[in-house]
Amino acid sequence: MIPSAFDYAAPATVAEALSVLADAGDDVKLLAGGQSLIPVMKLRLADPAMVVDLGRIGELSGVRDDGDALLIGAMTTHHQVATDPLVAAHLPLLAKAAATVADPQVRHRGTFGGALVHADPAGDLPAAVLAADATFILAGPGGERRVEAADFFQGYFTTAVAEGEILTHIRVPKYTGWGAHYEKFTRVAQQWSIVAVAAMVRVEDGTIAEARIGLTNMGSTPLRAAAVEQALAGTPLTREAIAAASAHAAEGTDPASDLNGDASYRRHLAEVLTRRAVIAAAGL
Amino acid sequence: MTTAEVGRARPRKEDAHLITGRSRYTDNITLPGMLHLAMVRSPFAHARITSVDASAAKSSPGVVAVLTGADVADQQGSLPNAWPITPDQKAPAHPAIAVDTVAFAGEVVACIIARSAAAARDAAELVDVSYEELPVVLDLEEAVKDEVLAHPDLGTNKSATWIFDSGEAGTGKPVSEALAAAEVLIERTFYQQRLIPSFMEPRSTVVDPTGEQITVWSATQVPHILRLMLALTLGIPESKMRVIAPDVGGGFGGKLQVTPEEAITVLAARHTGKPCKYTETRSESLMAAHHGRAQVQKLKLSATKDGIVTGLDVHLLADMGAYLGLVTSGIPILGAFMYNSIYKFPAYRFECTNLFTNKAWTDAYRGAGRPEATFAIERLMDELAVELDMDPLEVREKNWIKHEEFPFTTVAGLEYDSGNYEAATAKALELFGYDALRAEQVRRRESNDPVQLGIGISTFTEMCGLAPSRVLGALNYAAGGWEHAQVRVLPTGNIEVVTGSSAHGQGHETAWSQLVADRLGVPFENVEVLHGDTQISQRGLDTYGSRSLTVGGMAVLAAADKVIEKAKVVAAHMMEASEEDIEFTDGKFRVKGTEQSTALGEIAFAIFSAHNLPDGFEPNLDSDATFDPQNFSFPHGTHLAAMEVDTETGQVTIRKYVCVDDVGVVVNPLIVEGQVHGGLAQGIAQALYEEAVHDDAGTLVTGSFVDYLVPGAPDLPHFTTARTETPSTTNQLGAKGVGEAGTIASTPAIVNGVLDAVRHLGVKDIRMPCTPSRVWAALEEAKMTGGVQ
Repeated sequence: MIPSAFDYAAPATVAEALSVLADAGDDVKLLAGGQSLIPVMKLRLADPAMVVDLGRIGELSGVRDDGDALLIGAMTTHHQVATDPLVAAHLPLLAKAAATVADPQVRHRGTFGGALVHADPAGDLPAAVLAADATFILAGPGGERRVEAADFFQGYFTTAVAEGEILTHIRVPKYTGWGAHYEKFTRVAQQWSIVAVAAMVRVEDGTIAEARIGLTNMGSTPLRAAAVEQALAGTPLTREAIAAASAHAAEGTDPASDLNGDASYRRHLAEVLTRRAVIAAAGL
Repeated sequence: MTTAEVGRARPRKEDAHLITGRSRYTDNITLPGMLHLAMVRSPFAHARITSVDASAAKSSPGVVAVLTGADVADQQGSLPNAWPITPDQKAPAHPAIAVDTVAFAGEVVACIIARSAAAARDAAELVDVSYEELPVVLDLEEAVKDEVLAHPDLGTNKSATWIFDSGEAGTGKPVSEALAAAEVLIERTFYQQRLIPSFMEPRSTVVDPTGEQITVWSATQVPHILRLMLALTLGIPESKMRVIAPDVGGGFGGKLQVTPEEAITVLAARHTGKPCKYTETRSESLMAAHHGRAQVQKLKLSATKDGIVTGLDVHLLADMGAYLGLVTSGIPILGAFMYNSIYKFPAYRFECTNLFTNKAWTDAYRGAGRPEATFAIERLMDELAVELDMDPLEVREKNWIKHEEFPFTTVAGLEYDSGNYEAATAKALELFGYDALRAEQVRRRESNDPVQLGIGISTFTEMCGLAPSRVLGALNYAAGGWEHAQVRVLPTGNIEVVTGSSAHGQGHETAWSQLVADRLGVPFENVEVLHGDTQISQRGLDTYGSRSLTVGGMAVLAAADKVIEKAKVVAAHMMEASEEDIEFTDGKFRVKGTEQSTALGEIAFAIFSAHNLPDGFEPNLDSDATFDPQNFSFPHGTHLAAMEVDTETGQVTIRKYVCVDDVGVVVNPLIVEGQVHGGLAQGIAQALYEEAVHDDAGTLVTGSFVDYLVPGAPDLPHFTTARTETPSTTNQLGAKGVGEAGTIASTPAIVNGVLDAVRHLGVKDIRMPCTPSRVWAALEEAKMTGGVQ
């Protein structure tokens, strides 16, 4: 299908993009990889007056070492995240989650930052960055602003990015040496997650010292399974202990019901998948 | 004759251009001055149209005209249904553009004609249609009550009731006696969910009205039928219409149709005098192209305690949707002869009630009636085995027709010419490792493994090679089932084969070349196959029902044989021998008992120059043949599926899939393999993935591929395929047809396997598609009702 007509700008720098945004009014959309925006425009579910294409801003792409964290450019593709050696060494959870996004074509076009700003509750990256306590770096008319992951996702397809702002980088603390796993549940390979669980664990002397668990599609935003994290901390590294802790996975969640399953099925899945994710992350 | 080509796994000659993007699909066609169409479709499943205000659309930039139902009411006629299954069949008028009412969500209410596709789409948003909503009927078991009517004017939702009774037909006993005397009675209701054919290339039509003749390019399976039906519907002389099916990206029955959009594109071209193009979006395709399946099957099967089936009673409710398309009404009837499948039932009754609902109309979808029938009987055979605590294979073996009993007249009245169910099953069991998997199944049950293993079995047969014209006549189908071919010999000796079978992905160009290369003794590369254009292939009945090789291929061979007979006359003249002494072997015309020979190419040139021909010989080798089969062909097979069910999540995984198909003599094993793989994928899709879901208002919820889940390669296992070869005796080649086999057998094999994995946990049935949430819910329900043994 064919989108409605729109104006188009393709700035070469963030500064230029901000100035285009400042002039563009409120009916504007930023185009990153386009894997969500273009389909909804073609279906005419979105018909922005202007599209600002970030594809030519080189500074927004790539992964950099930033001391105790990695700095990931918002325009870095899923494929790049999934295969980047720094990500593999320090944030294997992100690599694993990015590798499950849709299909290879989408992973080569779709971007890390684009998916996060789109904030689809069934998207795979939000739960992973939430579990990792990432910091979102936004450029705006008033300069740079930083938002913690816990404050970034605000509702269905809604984030802390304000009008006139651009997500430029995501700063994710390193979790070097942590075990990680992204357990995704779908009916067909390229599908959005029905439920998924992002898990990182730090194991010390046969004990789970620390765990970080993010849940995908268990509410309008990605969620931390805080009760599971607490229950896991300090428990022996056994399947039984992990299963007992995972029974808390659905606490505080509010999943939707749809063709793939109702809310009670999703709550059940959250428990099973959390157990599996933690077991896999711990290498049991 | 050489047999170098038939049986050879040649890569398809079609593929190079298809996979390198050098194809010509209808949407690739651009004509000078061409206009573009966009449809305005009803968002309501049932409504009265109170007004259509197109004034804003008409003044939108680039718009040339807007057609509403009222504008074309006197030109558009009613779209055809070619299969009135009973003399009193009821059907609503089917206008291409709705005039007064709409009966399903997605029905066209207006058409924009503009200078660009974008301008047409923009203007479509500006058409203001006022509707008065009417109550909808969506569910078959509701529709049969006639409380809410899909078409109030008809006074009922019942289109027709069609009955076959073996007692009355004289092909068996009355089923009522068998049921009354049953030692074991299995009663089940199965639901065949509504599916959407989901061909790769969306439907597209280009119409050029320039000049004397109207030329229609369309993404269709049936250019010949389309030409006739569009001409009749729109009142255009058939001779003034040429239909071309260029490269067509799949159909699966979904392009066996005469669509509103095709008719509208013709109307638009006539209205403007300009070439017009319409290409649907995927959303439109899912919403408004015809759907398939959609039946409720109420079944009773009687048997002895030893597992011998004594009778089968089938009562169907079949969802026509809102209208009767080309063969909508006949689809369940194509299944009526297949419920007894490969078995020797002494009594059988089939009754089908065709019902209207406020959904897109249904029609042919790969298998068309036969997958539904096979599913029902193969599920019932498993249920019987469970009831009697017998191995499901043993129950089947006790009831099937033994290979020495062919030809066999079935209780449904068909004569099966050949088959060897024992051989196909034995081969499948060997490849599958049946005993080892059964042993693993026991281990998993005993250890309470969260992942349980099930073994699914399906045998099948199908009636292919549609169809003997006299049989179609007896079933009230409006057309025959013959196919036409022409073999032309060019001066160089190269061959052009013209076929009425219009391929849309099947590989006719390769297979027909192989047939003719062998028959005429010419190199494969020297044969061109022409099809899909009514001006080149004047006669034909097109491609569906696994008919191309068994009907169209036979016409090609018959035409080639006529070429040989003609050439013999010239060969005798050239070699100064008598005609009786000429024999045609290994591609040469030889004088018996001598070394003298001549090839077809030499004869072809002699005929082209025509300098020295026998007196009275018409200088032309080209030959036509039309083949009408005397019987169907009956491919069969045995499919085995090892299914893993994760009882914690309900996730179903195909661990192993073995199928042994007997499709008779094979022309190209590679093409057969491809057909089997694709067929399996589509049958598995019904079992596990696909379902057209509507909300309570009748809006399609699965309106995109985000929600209508078509499985891809990552979702499917490695298939182990093999063949046995029991030649058909109803055609000279011994071929049977393969286009639908995989689709027919795989659905029940998968579902039987899923149930076999969880039946011991108390699960009795799971509706298709067996989604993880449904499997999990069934397991939970079994737990609640204390079904765990």
